[in-house]
Amino acid sequence: MPNTDTTTNDTSDHLALNSEHTQKYNQAIRREKTKALVLVLPLLFFLIVFFITPIGYMLYRSFYNPTVANLAPKTAEILTQWQDISKLPNEETYKTLAYEIQQLQKSRLSGKFAEEVNRRLPRTGSVIKRTARKIKEIELDNVKNYQELLTSLHEKWGKPEIWTGIRSASDKFTINYYANALDYKLEPSGEIVKQSEDMQVYLPILQRTFTIALIITLLTFLLGYPVAYYLSLIPLKKASILLIFVLLPFWTSLLVRTTAWIAILQSNGVINQSLLSLHIIDKPLDIIYNQFSTILAMTHILLPFMILPLYSVMKGIDSSYVRAAQSLGANPFKAFIQVYFPLSLPGLSAGALLVFIISIGYYITPALIGGVDGQLISNLVAHHMRSTNNWELAAALGSVLLVLIIALYWIYDRLVGASNIKL
Amino acid sequence: MKKLKLSLLVASSLLSANLVAGELTVVSFGGAYGAAQKKHMIDPYIKETGTKILFEDYSGGVAELKAQVESKNVKWDVIDIEYIDVERACSEGMLEVFPHDKLPKGDDGKAGKDDFIPAAIGNECAVGNIVWSIIFAHKNDLKTKPKTVADVFDTKKIPGKRAFRKRPQVNLEWALMADGVALKDIYKVLGTEKGVKQAFAKLDTIKKDIVWFDSWSQAPQLLNDGGAVIVQSANGRIYSAIKKDKSDFNIVWDGQVYDLDGWAIPKGSKNKEEAIKFILAATKTKPLAGMQDVAYGPTRKSSESLIAEEVKPQLPSAHLDKGIKASAEFWADNGSQLGEKFTAWLIKK
Amino acid sequence: MLPVYYSPIRKLWHYGLRIIVGLVLLFLIFPILVTIPLSFNVEPFFTFTEGMLKLDPVAYSTKWYVEFFTDHKWNLALKNSFYFAFMSTILATVLGTVAAVGLASDRMPFKSLITAILISPMIVPLVIIAAGMYFFYSAINIAGSDMAIIFAHAILGIPFVVITVTATLAGFDQSLLRASSSLGANPISTFFNVTFPLIRPGVISGALFAFVTSFDEVVLIIFLADPDQRTIPRQMFSGLREQINPTILAAASLLILISIILLFTIEILRRRSESKGMFQK
Repeated sequence: MPNTDTTTNDTSDHLALNSEHTQKYNQAIRREKTKALVLVLPLLFFLIVFFITPIGYMLYRSFYNPTVANLAPKTAEILTQWQDISKLPNEETYKTLAYEIQQLQKSRLSGKFAEEVNRRLPRTGSVIKRTARKIKEIELDNVKNYQELLTSLHEKWGKPEIWTGIRSASDKFTINYYANALDYKLEPSGEIVKQSEDMQVYLPILQRTFTIALIITLLTFLLGYPVAYYLSLIPLKKASILLIFVLLPFWTSLLVRTTAWIAILQSNGVINQSLLSLHIIDKPLDIIYNQFSTILAMTHILLPFMILPLYSVMKGIDSSYVRAAQSLGANPFKAFIQVYFPLSLPGLSAGALLVFIISIGYYITPALIGGVDGQLISNLVAHHMRSTNNWELAAALGSVLLVLIIALYWIYDRLVGASNIKL
Repeated sequence: MKKLKLSLLVASSLLSANLVAGELTVVSFGGAYGAAQKKHMIDPYIKETGTKILFEDYSGGVAELKAQVESKNVKWDVIDIEYIDVERACSEGMLEVFPHDKLPKGDDGKAGKDDFIPAAIGNECAVGNIVWSIIFAHKNDLKTKPKTVADVFDTKKIPGKRAFRKRPQVNLEWALMADGVALKDIYKVLGTEKGVKQAFAKLDTIKKDIVWFDSWSQAPQLLNDGGAVIVQSANGRIYSAIKKDKSDFNIVWDGQVYDLDGWAIPKGSKNKEEAIKFILAATKTKPLAGMQDVAYGPTRKSSESLIAEEVKPQLPSAHLDKGIKASAEFWADNGSQLGEKFTAWLIKK
Repeated sequence: MLPVYYSPIRKLWHYGLRIIVGLVLLFLIFPILVTIPLSFNVEPFFTFTEGMLKLDPVAYSTKWYVEFFTDHKWNLALKNSFYFAFMSTILATVLGTVAAVGLASDRMPFKSLITAILISPMIVPLVIIAAGMYFFYSAINIAGSDMAIIFAHAILGIPFVVITVTATLAGFDQSLLRASSSLGANPISTFFNVTFPLIRPGVISGALFAFVTSFDEVVLIIFLADPDQRTIPRQMFSGLREQINPTILAAASLLILISIILLFTIEILRRRSESKGMFQK
């Protein structure tokens, strides 16, 4: 179903009119255009300011991070003059950093500085923190050799590596977080290399998210299709009663449904209790806090999103086609697959895409009952927002997810038409 | 008429939503511990001063605190923070410096600063509130009962799920203990890359048998409903489950990692003065002694005389030789890096 | 009864379909049904006790409901939920309805692009919206204000209003507007006298959708709300993560009741407008 813009009848009106009329007509059209636009503008403005801009701002944060440059501006500047990174920077650089670290320590910001550098070059955070703790008491004005001082506080100051870390952390703009989001890292030398094996997590999670979303889409199709089909066959009155079974879960809070699944699946929940008391099992099944429970609950939650569009398309299919095919000798299965199924495809594609798009961005249900292996990409975005405070990485991961969603939304718009979403 | 009602409803809900906003938002760990704090610290303070206090739960860690401070949207005024986190939080500018010199005298007349055990006011941002411990516990009807941390990591000897808190802290220490590292060397070994590898390798051996939880409240629950046979827990949670709920649990002190908790003020709190007043009141001799309700030791020496005899053996201080003190410094230096590694390890199959 | 001449394969088809449909409908409704009796459990667990199974009245209790209505935090959450839902619904409905009327005009430029933008809050994952708003609202210093939450929830409700109102306008004859204005009515009185009566069912059901969306929403609240701005779903979320007790089930049962009321309101509206042949399903 393509978008139905109703601009085509303009030309037919045109033909009968002379030029003076045409001009007036055009004026009127312009006026109506303006009027329509004026009506839409307040909302558009509201969305642009409070919805699109925040998302844009997030994209911006995913590659803009001025923290280190702001905390230690002089060091950041002096390090830009450091050319040969195989050699140590000069004494002036050591001195600048020593003063700045002491300053940061006094204002209780050295920890933050260390954390930020650590993000670019792991294992340097503790060096800086330890140095900062020790440098607090030292009278820096009396120091003769700052390189010696720092190196005596921690031996890692005697190697160029940590300096490359500080320098690259001082870059206000970096693609490091995108590299991280795709399991790569940006070496301080500027090279992009694959993360070490044990730190590669995001691509596998992305892959898992897609797999789970696909499974859920398939399950909602398998479960939803017969229901929608049956509802479309029976009289409207009966159908609207049965439809309550679909609409009530649809209208019920997501939290309520997730809570219900916890009550059903937990180790002494409804299922385990019944199976235990029937002596079918002798110890509780592990059916919660894993991928299984995530898929099950999400399928339940998203099933109405499949059934409703399918039903609305199927209601419009003339069942006499199928009957005709059957009376011509086709068995019901064959008649169904060859005649009916293709007619229901628009509803199926609408439902499937909707379910797929929603599953990919799902957060709450996996967070509550996903355990470890049921976590999806959204959960990692939330994890970096709320647990590690690596907001730049969260933003980069979010952006990757957003690009995927927009691509799918675009396909949906082409195939189904955004304006054809029905409720 | 209907419209009038509706707008009245809207107006009244608008008003009430604003009115109930507390003057002081205090966050702590909830559960039995929260209840003890409410009884001995929050409620008496409300009664005495008339201050409105919104007493909220959080599940620990510095993340939420850091988020609030960095986004300059500080919602909390007083926070109960584990000392394992306080060093980092203070050094990263997430907490206000606390005026320790204002701490009032103990009930026995000793000056405030001398009355506290040194560790309690060792960090300039916090005032110690309890001495508590992370232990493991099991139900008494377990066939083979775990005696040591090594037993926790031995799924052949004791099959079933273990519930750990989802973070690297304590789990890595335990992994090394179970792997035979001497108590005094734990942090030294963990400070090396090889030691970290060793710890994760040990955790790997029971990875599929671990249930992870986010909040201490879940530990007794998991034990109770059979979600796990051995749980890591704050000692007070188990103590209170045994005492109040008559649960048939047993605490094992072997490998305990004890630590302090303290009150601190998030940097940029909108009610800093009131927050200081609250902390000063909450850390007097009596309120601190009240924490014995959940078997947490006091941080003031003057509170010790108020501890009931039967509680004394249940305090972490009675079992110091069996475990170690959590190293705030180690976790301040390595927390975020090991946290990242831990997350990656967790997600990996 | 089936006709006797039906072949076995046809019988299989006939009964098979009904059995499958019955099971799926059961799957859909079962979790919701289970919640309600469990909320009357006298024990502080999420499980059916033996007494409950024997229908022993002693095993049942309304104490979790008492707890829900007397506990300060749940009360606050209930008030907040209604407050945010009301305010954001009003905002979403006004902005969304006006925009939908404009969007329905034949002359609307960039129609499909603008439609796509207006619908997009429904498609973008909540975590992304939440993260973006968290950064941006903090930066412009409105984080933690009631306004921030109301705006955020209104944004989620807007697509529903736009969709339902647009749907009622789909069969709407635009020439009515031209007729009205050629008769000398100004655009505002045209809107209230001609357009609004026709789209009212769409507006109301859009508003209900917006209301429910805000009422159920938890991700944005987790990221944006202060402790004193917690809503019922937020309270349930932290309860589920921290300390499970049946008060959550009592809250859940009350939410189910609210959904049932809303569902029937919407259905009645739909029936009414369907009988007028204007409102699409």
